[in-house]
Amino acid sequence: MATIAGSLEEALAPITDGCTLLVPRGNAGVAMAATRALVRRGAKRLNLVAVPTSGIQADLLIGAGCVESIEAAGVSLGEFGPAPRFAAAVRAGEILVKDTTCPALHAALQASEKGVPFLPLRGLIGSDLVKYRPDWRVIDNPFADHDPIVLLPAIKPDIALFHAPMADAAGNVWIGATRELMTMAHAARATVVTVEKLHDQNLLEDPVLAAGTLAGFYVEKVAIAPRGAWPLALPGHYARDEAHLAEYARLAASAEGFARYLDLHVHERRAA
Amino acid sequence: MSDARPDDGFRTEELLADVMSRPIGDARHVAVGAQSPIPAAAALLARVRGGGRPHVSILESRTHNFFTDGGRELFDCAGQGRLDVFFLSGGQIDGSANINLVSVGDYRNPKVRFSGSFGSAYLYFVVPRVVLFRLEHSRRTLVEKVDFISAPGTSPENVYRPGGPIALVTPLCLFAFDREQQRFRLESVHPGHSVEEVIEHTGFDFDRAAKVPQTPSPSAETLRLLREVVAPELADAYPQFAASVFGIPSRAARDSLSPPNPGVPGFGNL
Repeated sequence: MATIAGSLEEALAPITDGCTLLVPRGNAGVAMAATRALVRRGAKRLNLVAVPTSGIQADLLIGAGCVESIEAAGVSLGEFGPAPRFAAAVRAGEILVKDTTCPALHAALQASEKGVPFLPLRGLIGSDLVKYRPDWRVIDNPFADHDPIVLLPAIKPDIALFHAPMADAAGNVWIGATRELMTMAHAARATVVTVEKLHDQNLLEDPVLAAGTLAGFYVEKVAIAPRGAWPLALPGHYARDEAHLAEYARLAASAEGFARYLDLHVHERRAA
Repeated sequence: MSDARPDDGFRTEELLADVMSRPIGDARHVAVGAQSPIPAAAALLARVRGGGRPHVSILESRTHNFFTDGGRELFDCAGQGRLDVFFLSGGQIDGSANINLVSVGDYRNPKVRFSGSFGSAYLYFVVPRVVLFRLEHSRRTLVEKVDFISAPGTSPENVYRPGGPIALVTPLCLFAFDREQQRFRLESVHPGHSVEEVIEHTGFDFDRAAKVPQTPSPSAETLRLLREVVAPELADAYPQFAASVFGIPSRAARDSLSPPNPGVPGFGNL
């Protein structure tokens, strides 16, 4: 059951080197304060799984040498351009990319959520994605004739990591309508969450809040990290920091610039 | 792009939004994915013209997004046939409408690495009308054969495929796609451009009539709708685009609640 960690670093202890780490897309509550803490800790050989895409979070972890592989339908800084450290690492052969498509990631997590070994998905046939995913299978639909369909094995992540508006003392986490966070937590062996604040009542006891609440049953650690999604948005709470994201895109375009970004915004230690 | 064309009285983006809005026709539901501000403008333009129809889902928007069941809901919706029109682009697009969002060169040792396939490898199959767009019309983007097939333009007869491409829009022209022939046909060339220019900058072979019409310029009413109604709505999902093309101030500039730069690691410590 969930415990409220005394520090961000303590909450991140379950994210061990070599683990499979599940993270959400850019506007779904990305734990950026936690991501910077992982870089500072020198996390290694992470196998990132992005649900279904990632941006600055994956780029930062890849640039800092924390990542061994990434499974994603896309890695991009969106309006701020390509993800430069991701692209450089792929060209240099430094990381393994498991290319996929958004609904395949969702389906493979739903398989894990249900405890079944795979789910089928339409589309995909004739895409080179299938060619480079030896773990995917094309079978004939057993309920029809000559109807090929792709089977996707369940993705079984070690840890899901995300940022949410609030949690309560029991470790229940309010995620609102961002339901893929629920699927992520159900699919992962354990979940680590950072939140803006603690809610002073049990979230499950309020019927309105309960509908958007992930039960603490699935959560291992919660840490309080105000503005924990910065420089990304926490929708409904704060907007993304566009000037900062533009600065990241500019600096991360070169290895030297990226090192400077780390010095300025990740390694810097002023008052906590 | 973004080249203001004061002589013509409209911007390239405005022309392209107008062109991309036409294939939407009588659709019930149009969706727009990541990094697609011009398709978003086209979809919103179609909606304002249609008096509220089609329904427009913009995935990066909070206001134009009814999904409450997570990222999968759009794809489940599409898989059931509840999504009529979608827009896709590609680092490369070839003459058979195969699209490549992954890499140039060898997949395991690429010369160029793009972002990834996003939802293309699914939506291209299940959405009946997919409009392709590419804002760089050149022989490196419109190629004879893509280096990586994120999603194929056509499929063998026994592959489940209610959807696929119907058109390709670029800053030079509009192509229609013929699924039987598996080829593009040049439909119209945009004002200020020529068939010769299209041939020169296109890496694949395509069909064309002896005389290819010019794409109509956006009407005064279309420009008014784009600038006065559509542009402010775009700012929520595409603030940079809305600011640079339409001069709409970004949310960060408008929103006094925008975050001060916390900038201090360890901020989360209790």
